[in-house]
Amino acid sequence: MFKKEYLGRGLVTLCGIFIIALTLAISIFLLIKGTDVFRLFHHSVGEFMFSDKWAPMDVPGQGGGKIGARIYILGSLMTCGLALLIALPFSISAAIFISEISPKTGSRFLQPAIEIFVGIPSVVYGWVGLTILVPFINEKLHAPMGGYSVLAAGIVLAIMIFPTITTVSADALRAVPDSYRQAAYGLGSTRWQLIYKVSVPAAKSGILTGVILGLSRAFGETLAVAMVIGKTRVFPKGILYPTNNLTAAIAADMGNTANGGEYNAALWAMALLLLIISMACIVIIHLIARSGKNS
Amino acid sequence: MKERTKSKVFKVLALSCVLAMAGAVFTGCGSQKQENEAVKGSLTASGSSALQPLAQQAADDFTAENPDASITINGGGSGTGLQQVSDGSVDIGNSDVYAEEKLDADQAKALKDHKVATITVAAVVNKDLGVKDLTTDQLTKIFTGQITNWKDVGGPDEQIMLVTRPASSGTRALFKQYAIGGQEEASNSALETDDSGTLMETVKKNKGAIGYVALSYLVNEKEVTGVAIDGVKPTLKNTYSGKYNVWGYEHMYTKGEPNKISKAFIDYLTSDDYAQNVEKLGYGAISKMSDKAVKNHEK
Repeated sequence: MFKKEYLGRGLVTLCGIFIIALTLAISIFLLIKGTDVFRLFHHSVGEFMFSDKWAPMDVPGQGGGKIGARIYILGSLMTCGLALLIALPFSISAAIFISEISPKTGSRFLQPAIEIFVGIPSVVYGWVGLTILVPFINEKLHAPMGGYSVLAAGIVLAIMIFPTITTVSADALRAVPDSYRQAAYGLGSTRWQLIYKVSVPAAKSGILTGVILGLSRAFGETLAVAMVIGKTRVFPKGILYPTNNLTAAIAADMGNTANGGEYNAALWAMALLLLIISMACIVIIHLIARSGKNS
Repeated sequence: MKERTKSKVFKVLALSCVLAMAGAVFTGCGSQKQENEAVKGSLTASGSSALQPLAQQAADDFTAENPDASITINGGGSGTGLQQVSDGSVDIGNSDVYAEEKLDADQAKALKDHKVATITVAAVVNKDLGVKDLTTDQLTKIFTGQITNWKDVGGPDEQIMLVTRPASSGTRALFKQYAIGGQEEASNSALETDDSGTLMETVKKNKGAIGYVALSYLVNEKEVTGVAIDGVKPTLKNTYSGKYNVWGYEHMYTKGEPNKISKAFIDYLTSDDYAQNVEKLGYGAISKMSDKAVKNHEK
């Protein structure tokens, strides 16, 4: 009895604690590594966030370079924003179709199809983007730098976050109580009126959760974006121009920079920034969930 | 309704955490095992991606001749290789640059340098462009963004598209120092590619593109061609004789004196018998470098 009851419980608890400890350990490690550039090399957070001058020294212990990462930060923001702009209409429409308009076809064909999307590795998205999207943008839209562009990155990211937003939104819409629908029909509303006046507003917080989950995936995505963004360290003149972002910049230089150097430290600061962004996303999701409960 | 959404989200999060943990545990065990076995005839090396193909080929040939030995070659970049050999987590750290450039003085002093090969870096263009020769001055102006159209250097009326490597790349460092006189590349108008393979692909796809890769990437290459600098073609022969100066050493660092298997492997790789295989992969054999070439390089 003792064995049966406590062995399993102890094991589960241990695993739980381990995960919490691991998360904490990673956060603390990143916090220490990520602030090196400010503590050891005396750069200001303002320079890091708002300057475009990027020329860190790549020699251990030697400072004096420039670590303005604004282009990378803006690059991340722009590609994610564009991805959201592209993905959102499709996601919400698909979610409405699955949950309200045609639940049967939706759950039998559309939902499984969308779930397959989630399982496709990002390198595949990147590769397809590189072989189809980039040449297309180059030839049809006459992009100046061979098609590597904010647009290409935005589209690839949009395809990647589309399933996340759709599934979470569809779940939220399905969770709207049927009594709401019956009441709306009872008052004489049409199906479309029901959808945009009752169901979608009622599922608002769930949809927002999906949006933020998608956004945090987009922020963290490295490989697919790195393959199509062009990685040019400049503020793009338009969406057909290349730029760079946080994740791609880290991935490009992390292996070759000297450990303990300013360059390496600046990359860690960018990693810390990514962690902070994703944590902020999680906090926002919790806040939304809570406010949804209260209303 | 939020509960359902939330629980789904958390399930996914929890699952990914567990998977990540399992992954961490497994890789942890793997590297530990290799370390312990090192004395018994196994060897691990990591670092430079430029040296990796040669190291891998040599490792395959070496283990074919010595079936009891096992050699693992990992990439990761020169910085990683140097750091790991300095930590003692690998036996050999492969690097495109001297250890002093990536480690602090004390760490670098503890490492022993073995120059195993040379790597020649060539500026490359798309074959359709038809540009075969550039002067150092033209090359410098192209890479610093002062010349932006091929017609200014005797080519067709085609926008120049710079394709470069990350600032921390060893190939980029060599090209910067020996081909364009230490000038900083115009990184605000260049596409940056993570590895030479991607760079080659980009040059293949864009007629106006120019980039630079190690000669090893031009072996059996049909669509991309190396550019002669001041009339000197980027070949191994010109590198050996000292005419073509854009090259660098590939290093294998060991912590202190190499252990038995490391020494055997490095000796094998640098032996005269193996030089032919080294050249087949597009690298320069260290034993064939002329005194003039070495002297030119130090200037």
